[in-house]
Amino acid sequence: MLHTINKSPFSSDSFDTCIRFIQPGDPVLFIENGVYSVQQGNRFSETLAGVMKTNPVYALRPDLEARGIAKIIEGVSTVDYDGFVDLVAEHQVNSWL
Amino acid sequence: MENENVKKIMHVMRHAPHGTIYSYEGLEMILIMAAYEQDLSVVFIGDGIYSLKKNQDTAGIGIKGFAKTFMALDGYDVEKLYVDRVSLEERGLSENDLVVDVEVLDSAEIGALMNEQDVIIHH
Repeated sequence: MLHTINKSPFSSDSFDTCIRFIQPGDPVLFIENGVYSVQQGNRFSETLAGVMKTNPVYALRPDLEARGIAKIIEGVSTVDYDGFVDLVAEHQVNSWL
Repeated sequence: MENENVKKIMHVMRHAPHGTIYSYEGLEMILIMAAYEQDLSVVFIGDGIYSLKKNQDTAGIGIKGFAKTFMALDGYDVEKLYVDRVSLEERGLSENDLVVDVEVLDSAEIGALMNEQDVIIHH
């Protein structure tokens, strides 16, 4: 199951809540303001590093670029819209609005 | 349930009842889907739990409460109601504080249920 998060972790509990329910191996994709979760040096870095031990983590590149986020937490993969579509085609989606 | 028209649909209630319309709209959607005889479940996570709190009296804020409508779900064959244990405990609540009978589950159990669904809708 693909989990998408579209809210900033600083303004919403979507990030904290989602990571309690993901199953090992489930991909997590950050989109829209959710991409602030993967900015290097933020206070969610350690939590995200823990998640990446068991789950692949992606961030949507156009949303990173739109927000001027160039340095992202190590281990996070970026995808473009085609990659987003591939992930959605491959997995059921759980959209943590 | 081999009927291919029946999908497993989980509604995830995540907002408190009166500050926003999410919870009320979610409940409406559940009732509509129940009319189409889908395999529904409802899970209450985070502030979503507050929708089920007993003794809500909304007269003073001028809106119609809908906690009692959750009690009617049983009549629409929506019987799979789950509550996240962590969310309940961190709010200082227990099952006895809720208007309906629910199954209290750990995060991993709810996560596993999510992975069984055809569709998940957050409210």
